[in-house]
Amino acid sequence: MGEMTFVAAAREDLDEEMARDPSVFVMGQGIGARGGNFNTTMGLFEKYGPERLRDVPIAERGFVGMCTGAAATGTRPVVDFMFVDFILDAMGELINQTAKLQYMSSGRLTMPIVLRGCYGIGRASATHHSGAYYPIFVHLPGFRVAVPTTPADAKGLLKTAIRLEDPVLFLEHKSLLNTKGSVPEGEHLVPFGEAWVARRGTHLTAVAIGSMVPRTLEVAGRLAAEEVSVEVIDPRTLAPLDIDTILESVHRTGRLLIVDETYAPCGIGAEIAAQVVDRSFDDLDAPIRRLNGLHTPIPYSPPLEAAVVPTTEAIAQAIRDLLAE
Amino acid sequence: MATPLAATPAESGAAESAAARTALGTAEQLALFRTMVEIRRVEEGLVRAHQNGLVHGACHTYVGQEAIAAGVCAHLRPSDVVFSTHRGHGHALAKGVAAQEIAAELFGRETGCSHGRGGSMHLFKPEVGMMGTSGIVGPCILLAAGAGYSFRLQRTDNVAVAFFGDGASNNGAFHEGINMASVWDLPVLFVCENNQYATEVPYHTVSRNPDVAAKAAAYGLPSVIVDGNDILAVHAAAGEAVRRARGGGGPTLLECKTYRTRAHSEGMRDAGYRTAEEVNAWKERCPIKRFRSHLLEAASASSAELDQVEREVDALVANALAFAKDSPWPDPAMVTQHVYRSEGRAGGSVG
Ligand SMILES: Cc1ncc(C[n+]2csc(CCOP(=O)(O)OP(=O)(O)O)c2C)c(N)n1
Ligand SMILES: [Mg+2]
Repeated sequence: MGEMTFVAAAREDLDEEMARDPSVFVMGQGIGARGGNFNTTMGLFEKYGPERLRDVPIAERGFVGMCTGAAATGTRPVVDFMFVDFILDAMGELINQTAKLQYMSSGRLTMPIVLRGCYGIGRASATHHSGAYYPIFVHLPGFRVAVPTTPADAKGLLKTAIRLEDPVLFLEHKSLLNTKGSVPEGEHLVPFGEAWVARRGTHLTAVAIGSMVPRTLEVAGRLAAEEVSVEVIDPRTLAPLDIDTILESVHRTGRLLIVDETYAPCGIGAEIAAQVVDRSFDDLDAPIRRLNGLHTPIPYSPPLEAAVVPTTEAIAQAIRDLLAE
Repeated sequence: MATPLAATPAESGAAESAAARTALGTAEQLALFRTMVEIRRVEEGLVRAHQNGLVHGACHTYVGQEAIAAGVCAHLRPSDVVFSTHRGHGHALAKGVAAQEIAAELFGRETGCSHGRGGSMHLFKPEVGMMGTSGIVGPCILLAAGAGYSFRLQRTDNVAVAFFGDGASNNGAFHEGINMASVWDLPVLFVCENNQYATEVPYHTVSRNPDVAAKAAAYGLPSVIVDGNDILAVHAAAGEAVRRARGGGGPTLLECKTYRTRAHSEGMRDAGYRTAEEVNAWKERCPIKRFRSHLLEAASASSAELDQVEREVDALVANALAFAKDSPWPDPAMVTQHVYRSEGRAGGSVG
């Protein structure tokens, strides 16, 4: 076990996978000699050269389409979007080709492609560099979606993502990139579809996603002093979603709060809430509560930016309100 | 209509075809003839089936353009790959997909090359390098470029081919794809079948430059214009491009001037955007008729031999259609199979 940052853990994994499998390659802007805008490929160009760390023109649709063709013909591309907002230029290729080719070919073509990008608010990156977008990919058949929140999961989920035969959206929250944690060395695989119970508790279940995990854990720690016992669940992957772990927790606590930085309509919280109501209505002692980012583009100015996502105060208040129900 | 007469094939390609006419042996020429006849006759059968309600949804025929698929695919091995368009029956047949699997696919049957998941616009047979026809105009260009990238990484000498129309050449996928293939010297052949219309939109109304091939200069890759209704011209130009790609010499843009003589899609009104005279003039340039005359004039084959080829193809097509009609429907219980390769976790109810 080494102590390292989130970004270093993911990079260590990419290095291991590129060393293990010569068909793994990366395409992105500035991911070659420069090592990536977020240091995602730092030091790898010297080891693997320009064919496997391919700096590309600013043609997101083009290189996503190319990587889709590459994945269909036996290699394993990792597309590094830098800011995940840039993936939007490639949505037609992703939805109509990347996500559908396995189905259209009746499983004879596979699609081992990783779409990675840094996302989310917190650095005054403004409207075009702060989005998250993962509910869209969960909605569509064909994609897997991973949202690691710890360095160990960054490594373990990326390793699984690279080895899967399905397209994976692998998202790295900008506010988590430099957080540190212990990371197992070598072969560390975290399976998709297994939530992590980040904190045990008995009064209320809080499902938190991405950057909301450390935020909700902080609140849960604070509320423990008031004898409030909050269970915090990090789903880690949203497609597939480990609903069983959530249902089991709600069965014990009777109360569910979902904390998500993205938008509420048709979102992950709505999906989780609907599934819990469908399958465990009788376990609920109170209505399900969702906390989401406000339904607005992300603004620039720090106080405005801070206002659009759930704050620790809002999370604490939502927990108190739910316990009072 | 004030549409100027579309460029005729006689304006280009004469030199290439003259050189080519001496290069091919009789067996090879008969094989090209057979491929073109097979494409034509299969589609005639599919058109009838469409009219009888046995083929569902859209059906874009390749009638008039057969020389292009036949001439290009004659140079390909099963390990080479083809990414095609909405007008792709000819590409699939020429790449080696059996007529009966194509017919069954259009009939929506389990025995179809895509097991009924695809239909006319999604013909897949990766086993022979047919990587899919497509309902979206443009992406085949990028997918082929990406396959070329794979082949480079894998250190094979396979080549990738994208077939697409004049309409696709105005799409960003064309410009992004040929740029990257060119700058990285990828083993790809980009075949633009300029049939001069994208549905009912004439090319000259959407491109100031009438030649798609001219656009290659902007991206620094070689391009050739050929008479797409002259099988020997197509065959010669494609041969050179495939050799260059296989040998590490990078991609080529091959523009084949041609014409589709049926409606854009079966059952569509084919009027208001082109004249009957124009269509009839191009029917006279039918690539199959022309090659037949050439083979007879050059005494490369007798008319008895050519008739024999046609009879064999007719029998094959009749069998293919009967096979399709008698084939079982796919099982609706399997409809969500193949969305993912890897297992979603048990209990995971999304994805
Ligand atoms: C992205 C996209 N836009 C529009 C269409 C509808 N459409 C189908 S075929 C076609 C014309 C294509 O023209 P061209 O590329 O010249 O091929 P052709 O039909 O002439 O063979 C259009 C507009 C589509 N399938 N995909
Ligand atoms: Mg056209």
